[in-house]
Amino acid sequence: MTGSLNMIGYGLAAIGPGVGIGLIFAAYISGVARQPEAQGRLQSIAILGFALAEALAIIGIALAFVL
Amino acid sequence: MSLTAMTNLRTEEFIPPSPADFDLPPIGGGSTFEFLGQQMQLGVTKPMLQVVVVAVFVFGFLFLASRQRSLVPGKLQFSGESAYGFVRNSMGRDIIGSQDFMRFVPYLVTIFFFILLNNLMASVPFFQFPTMGRSGMVYGLAILSWIIYNSVGIQKHGFLGYLKLQCVPAGITGPILALLIPLEFMSNLIVRPVTLALRLFANMFAGHLLLILFALGGEYLLLHGAALVKPVGILAWLLFIAVAFLELLVQFLQAYVFTLLNAMYISGALADEH
Repeated sequence: MTGSLNMIGYGLAAIGPGVGIGLIFAAYISGVARQPEAQGRLQSIAILGFALAEALAIIGIALAFVL
Repeated sequence: MSLTAMTNLRTEEFIPPSPADFDLPPIGGGSTFEFLGQQMQLGVTKPMLQVVVVAVFVFGFLFLASRQRSLVPGKLQFSGESAYGFVRNSMGRDIIGSQDFMRFVPYLVTIFFFILLNNLMASVPFFQFPTMGRSGMVYGLAILSWIIYNSVGIQKHGFLGYLKLQCVPAGITGPILALLIPLEFMSNLIVRPVTLALRLFANMFAGHLLLILFALGGEYLLLHGAALVKPVGILAWLLFIAVAFLELLVQFLQAYVFTLLNAMYISGALADEH
């Protein structure tokens, strides 16, 4: 069986952002559940946090192909 | 077909999709030339064609929707207005603030619909290629956004004032600044356009690669797999459909995130000294 170890490394590297994105949306959901009128404000913050956490996974996939 | 050819077909190795699948040949054959010791291709490729098609379509749609403005909007005007209003309200007004968001609305609307349509091209029959899956396309957009938010900030605060705003976090004094200033400089002025570009590129790239993998893998299992494995090929194709719908969501989300981050960078550059 052949393959690239890079992909295993990327799979490991994706754990962190996965947990992070889960935490961000968990906080967003409980925030909206407590205060539904704040949804508009929370949504953009949640998307921003999601984008920042996801950046790590994306740098990972770029490096997995490049290295 | 001879028996040897049949057995060759059966034992044929599965070739997984690779980044090379994104290197489409120029339409109608192009010429090659040397550049910095690299073999480069000269010609018009499918993504380049798609960019032009999308630009014409977006312009045509928004132009037609806003040409005949009436108090009671028709279907076309209503869809154009609600699309424009979505970008203006949720990304312009809410993020940049009601003071000076109208200056940036044309840019935000343009970039949102340009990216959205280019992403959706990955799911439109006969195109089925994400334009932003080619990194060169995305770098152009990221450089544009970098120039805009920096020049807006420099215009408002002056060069040194802008550098101070971006690099010196408010309310922090003492030796820790020696650590924080280089970090903030890196993150706000250098890494931002890189992550902006890579986020869009990698999402489109990985999504399309996943679709190719399901399509090719299903085909391989169905045609070349052993008898018991064949149904798994059909399962792979069903998953292909499910992933294609997931991709529609990702395509919209990435256009939204790109525009939202542009608005956030602009509002960060315009922010007053804390």
